[in-house]
Amino acid sequence: MTERQVTTIDGNEAAAYVAYRVNEICTIYPITPSSTMAELADQWSSEGIKNIWGTVPMVVEMQHEGGAAGAAHGALQTGALTTTFTASQGLLLMIPNMYKIAGELTAAVFHVAARALATQGLSIFGDHQDVMSVRPTGFCMLVSASVQEAHDMALIAQAATLEARVPFIHFFDGFRTSHEVNKLTLLTDDEMRAMIRDDLVMAHRNRALNPDRPFIRGTAQNPDTYFQARETVNPFYTKVPGIVQAAMDRFAEVTGRRYNLFDYFGDPNAERVIIIMGSGGETAYETAKYLNANGEKVGVLQVRLYQPLSAVHFLEKLPKSVKSIAVLERTKEPGATGEPMYLEVVNTLVEAQMEGALPSGTIPRVIGGRYGLSSKEFTPAMCKAVFDELAKAKPKNHFTVGIVDDVAHTSLDVDPSFVIEHDKVVRAMFFGLGADGTVGANKNSIKIIGDDPEFFAQGYFVYDSKKSGSQTVSHLRFGPDPIQSPYLVQSANFIGVHQFNFLDRGDVLKNAAPGAVVLLNTSPHEPEETWDRIPRPVQQEIIDKKLELYGINADKVARDNGMGTRINTIMQTCFFAISKVLPRDQAIEKIKYSIKKTYARKGEEVVRKNFVAVDNTLVNLKAIAVPAQATGLRELPPVVPANAPDFVKNVTAMMMAGRGDELPVSALPVDGTYPSATTRWEKRNISSFVPIWEPDICIQCGNCSMVCPHGVIRSKFYNEASLESAPHAFKTAPIDARGFPDIRYTLQVYLEDCTGCGLCVEVCPAKSKEKAGHKAINMALKEPVLENERANIDFFETLPEVDRGRVDFSTVRGVQFLPPLFEFSGACAGCGETPYVKLLSQLFGDRLLVANATGCSSIYGGNQPTTPWSINNEGRGPAWSNSLFEDNAEFGLGFRLTADKHLTYAHELLKALAGSIGEALVDDLIEAEQTTEIDIRHQRGRVAELKQRLKEIKDPRAEQLLVLSDQLVRRSVWIVGGDGWAYDIGSSGVDHVLASGRDVNILVMDTEVYSNTGGQMSKSTPLGAVAKFAAAGKVAGKKDMALQAISYGNVYVARVALGANPQQSLLAFREAEAYRGPSLILAYSHCIAHGINMQRGLEQQHLAVESGHWPLVRYNPAVRESGANPFVLDSARPKIPLKQYRYNEVRFKVLAYTNPKEAEHLMELAQQAVNRRWSVYEEMAARGGADFQPIFKH
Amino acid sequence: MDLRTTYMGMELKHPIVASASPLAGTVANIKRMEDAGASAVIMFSLFEEQLKHESAALEYLMTAHTESFAESLNYFPEMDDYTVGPDSYLDLLRRASEAVDIPIMGSLNGITNTGWIEYAQLMQQAGAKGIELNVYYIPADLTTSGREVEDRYIEIVKAVKAAVTIPVAVKLNPFFSAIGSMAKSLDDAGADALVLFNRFYQPDFDLSKLEVIPDLHLSTPDEIRLPLLWIAVLYGKLQSSLGATRGVHTPIEVVKYLMAGADVVMTTSALLKNGVDYLTTLRDGLQTWMELNHYDSVHQLKGSMSQRNVADPTAFERANYIKTLESYKGDYL
Repeated sequence: MTERQVTTIDGNEAAAYVAYRVNEICTIYPITPSSTMAELADQWSSEGIKNIWGTVPMVVEMQHEGGAAGAAHGALQTGALTTTFTASQGLLLMIPNMYKIAGELTAAVFHVAARALATQGLSIFGDHQDVMSVRPTGFCMLVSASVQEAHDMALIAQAATLEARVPFIHFFDGFRTSHEVNKLTLLTDDEMRAMIRDDLVMAHRNRALNPDRPFIRGTAQNPDTYFQARETVNPFYTKVPGIVQAAMDRFAEVTGRRYNLFDYFGDPNAERVIIIMGSGGETAYETAKYLNANGEKVGVLQVRLYQPLSAVHFLEKLPKSVKSIAVLERTKEPGATGEPMYLEVVNTLVEAQMEGALPSGTIPRVIGGRYGLSSKEFTPAMCKAVFDELAKAKPKNHFTVGIVDDVAHTSLDVDPSFVIEHDKVVRAMFFGLGADGTVGANKNSIKIIGDDPEFFAQGYFVYDSKKSGSQTVSHLRFGPDPIQSPYLVQSANFIGVHQFNFLDRGDVLKNAAPGAVVLLNTSPHEPEETWDRIPRPVQQEIIDKKLELYGINADKVARDNGMGTRINTIMQTCFFAISKVLPRDQAIEKIKYSIKKTYARKGEEVVRKNFVAVDNTLVNLKAIAVPAQATGLRELPPVVPANAPDFVKNVTAMMMAGRGDELPVSALPVDGTYPSATTRWEKRNISSFVPIWEPDICIQCGNCSMVCPHGVIRSKFYNEASLESAPHAFKTAPIDARGFPDIRYTLQVYLEDCTGCGLCVEVCPAKSKEKAGHKAINMALKEPVLENERANIDFFETLPEVDRGRVDFSTVRGVQFLPPLFEFSGACAGCGETPYVKLLSQLFGDRLLVANATGCSSIYGGNQPTTPWSINNEGRGPAWSNSLFEDNAEFGLGFRLTADKHLTYAHELLKALAGSIGEALVDDLIEAEQTTEIDIRHQRGRVAELKQRLKEIKDPRAEQLLVLSDQLVRRSVWIVGGDGWAYDIGSSGVDHVLASGRDVNILVMDTEVYSNTGGQMSKSTPLGAVAKFAAAGKVAGKKDMALQAISYGNVYVARVALGANPQQSLLAFREAEAYRGPSLILAYSHCIAHGINMQRGLEQQHLAVESGHWPLVRYNPAVRESGANPFVLDSARPKIPLKQYRYNEVRFKVLAYTNPKEAEHLMELAQQAVNRRWSVYEEMAARGGADFQPIFKH
Repeated sequence: MDLRTTYMGMELKHPIVASASPLAGTVANIKRMEDAGASAVIMFSLFEEQLKHESAALEYLMTAHTESFAESLNYFPEMDDYTVGPDSYLDLLRRASEAVDIPIMGSLNGITNTGWIEYAQLMQQAGAKGIELNVYYIPADLTTSGREVEDRYIEIVKAVKAAVTIPVAVKLNPFFSAIGSMAKSLDDAGADALVLFNRFYQPDFDLSKLEVIPDLHLSTPDEIRLPLLWIAVLYGKLQSSLGATRGVHTPIEVVKYLMAGADVVMTTSALLKNGVDYLTTLRDGLQTWMELNHYDSVHQLKGSMSQRNVADPTAFERANYIKTLESYKGDYL
C-alpha cells in the first residue's frame, strides 16, 4: 500500500482527482464553478497522468453540456467508464440524456459543483437549485459537505454506481466547497483500486453495444409495454441504499474515514434536530456542539445519500427523543407546498407512522426552511435561530433564514452577535486588489502552513463583480484541529488591508476581534505618516477595539526591490512576521523555501530578488502607535453623491458598499428589472494614471474616444459663448474645421472612471513637434489634476449634447460626438470587446434592443450592482437583456418578431384610423425610409405628432395604437455575444436565425476563447493556440463563420478589427444595421486571455490583419441585388509572417516553450491555412456579382 | 591547393566561417551551411537580457489578471514543464553539434557576471567547440571612463576563461581609444581569438512617426576598411587568433582579410542576401583567385599584406592618411 499523502487543495481538485482516476473518458464543457474539474482533467490527460488501470484518460471538450452528456451517454453505451463535470444551466442541458442514461441502467457518476439557476437574475454562486431540478431523472444523489468529502464521495459514488447500475450525481456546494482550500488526506491509487471492483467494470463493458454480439437499445415503445418497462428498474433502486452503505463501510475499512447514508451529530437525546445536506451541515453541527455544551439538547442529521432517500436508514439515525425537526434546504421551488427534502421527510415520517414503524411513536413537528441561496452566508447564528425557532410552541414553517423578508415575512430573526469562532484558531482576513496578488499569496500561505503536520488550514476567497480594479477578500483559518467552519471569518484576529483606500470604502474592520492585529499597506505614505490620514470613524474603531496596528509602505518596498506593483510577497512576509501563526524565523524560512520552489526555474536572479524583498520587508514593517483619541479630520466619504436617484441611493449604493446582505426583500425588484445608467454613480477611481488631453497638439480625429473601452473620453463642440461660466482649468480648442470661427471643441476625460489602460495614448496619431513621444493625449498622475477635472466634468455636462442630425455618422471623427450609451463598465482595463459595444450604443442606442449571450459581455453589461447601459438626454437608450448562454440568437430573434408583428399591427391600425389621424401623416408614417439618422429623427417627429392626435381620438383602437406607436420608429435589434456562444453553444441558434431572413444583427466579439470562464478553447480558437482544454496547443483550425454565413447569400457579413481599421468597423456596423435582413459582424477582440500586454491590444489587432490571420471583409447582399460583387476585401494581402503576430501573445508563445517542435509544426500549418484562405478570398473578391448566391426576397 | 587554416587551435578546412546570424536558428539550416561548405558555424547570440525579459514577461502575462474574478481565476492551463531560458538555445546547439562534423561555436551576449559564466559553461556542456563573447555595451553614463569600460571587457574574458575549457573569442567593437593596447590586454587576459569588429545596433529616427526606431542594415563591402586596418596592424603581435568580420560580400574581401592576417573570415550579410549556398561561391571564389594568382595555400596568403610584412609599415599609420588626402585631390583639382 502506497503511503498516504496529506495536501491542501480545493473541493474541485479533490473531486476531480478521484473522478479522473476511476474513469477512462471525461466529456467536458466549462461552467462556473465546476470548470476547474474539467480543466484539471484535461491538464492531467495532456501531462500523461494515468488512471488506476494504468491508462491515460481521454478528455474531450464538447460544444455545450448537452453535447457533453450526449457524448458521455455514447461512451457509456459502448462500454467506457465515463464521467463529466458541470453545474447549474449545464446540468439542466444534460437532463434529456440523464433520463436516457438512467433509463438504460448505466453506471456513471456526474460530478456537480452545485449552483444557483438563472431566474430573475443569473448567479454563478452556490446552492442546490440545479441538482434539485434533476431529481426525477433517475440519477441517485450523493452529497459532500467538505473538501475531504468531495474527494471521498467521488470514490464511493463510483464504487456504488458500478454495483447498482444506477447513475449518480455526486454534488457539493459550488464555491463554498468547490473553491474552499482545505487540508485533506489524498486517496492512494491502491485505496481506489480496493474500492473499484474489476468484475463490475467488466460487467459494465459486457453490457455495451458490440457488433460482435449485437442487440439494440433505445427503441421506441408503445402504450402496450412502455409502462411495464418503466417499472422494471424498481428493484435496482431498492438496492441502492444498501449498496451505497456497503461502499461506505468498505471505504471505512480501507481508509479509516467513516460515512453513513445519514450521519447524526449532537445530543443522542436531542429534542430539536436540523436535517440538512451539503456544507451547511458542518456549520449546523458546529453550532449544535456549542449549544449542547451550553446545556441544550439539539442535533443535526446530515444527509449524504439524498436520493433514493432510505426511510429505514433515516429513521434509524433520527433520535427517538426528537420533538421538532427543521429541514433546511438550499433551494427554492416557487409555488410548491414545501421544498423537496422537507416533503420527503414529512412523507417518510407519515408513511412510517402509517406502517407503525416510527421509532418515536408520534410524528414530530416538522418545519421546512430555505437558507444560503446563491452562496448567501450560512452562519452559526442562523443555525441557532433555527434551533430557537424549533423550541417555540408554534414554529414558523416554510421560513427563510439569512435574509430579512419584510414582504411575505418568512424570515427568522438572527442574532448577529452569536459568534462561535474557536480561540485555538487563527482567523485572518485580507482585503486586496485583484491585481496585487493578495489571493495568490494567501493560497501560498495556506500551503506553507498546511504543509506543517501540526496545523490544519482553510482558505476561502470572495471576489467582487468587476473584472478590473476588483476587490478580493481572503478568509483564512489556521489551527491545530481540522477546520470545519464553512462560512466566512466572523471574528478575525488578524486583518490585512492591502490598499490604503479600502479604509474609505466600507467597513474593513467590522469583523476585527477585540485586540486583533491589523496590517495596513500605508502606500503612498510611510507608516509614520499614516495615523492622521485614517478616516476618523475608522480610527475610533481601532481605538475602541484596542487593535494593534502595523504599517508598511508596501508599494514602495515592492518598487525598490524590483517587484513592480506586486506587493504579494511583501504583505505575506508581514503577515507571518506579526501574526505569530508560526515562529517568525521559521515562517520566513518557509516563505523563502516557497519562493525558491516557485521561481527556481526562472533563475537565481529572480529568487535572489524575492529574498531581498523579504528581508527588506522586515526592515520596513513598523508598528503604528495608536493614540487614545481619534484625531482624524476625515469622515468616510458617501458611497454615491446626494443627487443620485433614490433607487441608487437606497439599494444600489448598499450593494456597492458591500452591504447588499442587509437589503430586505422589499427593497428588491420583483421581476429582475433594474434601472439603466447606474455605473455613472460609481466613481471607482481604480487607476492613479489617467489620460491628460493636450488641446494644442490634438487634431480632433476621435480615435481615442473610439477605442476607449470604458467610454471615459467624450467630445463636444459648442459655441464659444458657452465658455463664459467655464471653470478656470477647463480645456478647449477651436474646432478643427473651416468656416466655424465661433465653434470650440473639448475632449473631456472622465478621470474617476478611467481604468488606466492607455489604449487612447497608443492610438493617438498627433505628436508634439517639440518633444518626441509626447502626444495629444498622455498618461499622467491623476491626483494633481483630479479636483480641477471634477469641476471640468461638471461643466462639460452642462454643455449641450450635439444634435444627432448634425453628426457625420460615416467617420470616426464624427462619431466621437455621439455620447456613448454604454459607459464605465467593469470590464478589464483595455478590454477589446467594449469599444464595439460602445460604438453600437453610440450609433443606434436610442432605438437599440440588445439580446446578450451569457459571457463577459453579460457580466460587464449586467452584473449587479450597476449597469453601464445608459440613457441619453431624451430619456432613450438601449433596452438590454440576457436570457441564457445557449439561446441568445433565438432570444434576439424574438425581439425582432415582436417588432415586426407590432409594426404590422400598428400599420393596420394606422390605416384603419387614417380618417381620424389624417391620411398624409399615416402615409408618411408607413412609407418613411428610416435609414439615416435624419430619417429616424423625422419619423420620431411624426410619431410624436401621431401620439398627440391619437389622444384626441375616441376609439379603442386609438389606445391600442398609442401603446404600439413607438414601434413605428425602426428598432435596431442586436444579438451580442462572444465566440463561445456563437461558435459553440449557440451555434445552431445563430445559424437558424441567420437563415430566418429576419432583420437582426449579430455581433460576435471574438476573443477566440471562452474568456469569462477563464480561457477555455472554443471552435474559434486558432490552430496552435494554447488554451485550457488545449494545453498541448489546438490541433484543429478555426471555423470560418464568415464563409458559412456568406453561403446563405442573403446574410450581410463583415469581419472587422477596430484596432486595425476603425473606419471599416464603423462602415460595417452601419451597413449591417441598414440592411433589412440578417447581418453578422465578427469583431476581433483582443483579450487578457491572449496573454498580452493589454496596452498593445490595438497593435495586435493591426498585426492580426497584416498577417492575414484576420482579413477584413464585407459581404453585402444589397450590392449583390444591384448585380455587382457583394464581397469586398478591406485589408491588403498579408505583409508579415503569421509568426510575427502570434509570438507577441502568450497563447501561442507558450507552446514554443513547452513543445518547440510541435509549435513550429503548428505554426507552419497555420501559415499554410492563412495563405490558402487568402487565395480563396482573393478569388471571391475578383468574381462577378452573378457568381454569388441570388438574393431571396421575403 | 591548401585552404586549411587554424583558428583558436582548431584546424578548419578553409577560412570561411558562417558568423552569428538568425540563419543558424535551425539544425536544418546549420546542416545546409555545412553542405554549402562552411568551415565552422557560429550560432546566433544568446542574449542574457532577452532571456530574463522573456522569463519575466511570461511570468507577468500568465499571472496578470489572475485571482481577480470568481469565474476566471486564471487564463492558461497550469504548465510545469515549460522552458524559458537558454534551454531551447542549448538544445539547438546540442542537436546541431551532433548533426554536423564542422565545429559549432556558441555566441554569448551577457549582461551580468553570473550570466556570462553560467551560460558559457552550459554552451560547453551542450557541445560548443568554442565561444564567441559578444560584448555589447554602450557607456551612455557620462561618468564611466574609458578605463572602466576596458576593465569590464577584460574581467569578462578572464571570468569566462576561468569557467570553461573550450577556446573563447571576443568580438570587439572599434570604439576604443587604443585598439592595439586593448587587443593586447585581451590577449593577455587569455582570449583565444579577437574578432574585428562587431556592428553595433545604432538607432535611427522615423521622421514620419517621429520615433526612434531600431534599424539594422546589412553590411556593405566598403565596411571592410576598418577591420582590415586593425587586423593588418595586429597580425603577428598577439597570441590569439584573428577573426575578420564585416563587409564580406565577394571572394575579394575574403582574400583581402586573409592578406591582412585574419585566420578566419566571417560572413553574415552575404548569406542573408544571397542564401546559405553562397558559402560555396565564396569558398570557390577564394580558391579560383588563389589559383589565378598562383598561391599554394592560405598559410602563404595569411598576413602577406599585414603591417609587419608590407614594405612600408607606415602605410597603415598617419603618413598613409596624408597620402590618402593627397590622392583624394585627384586629377581634377
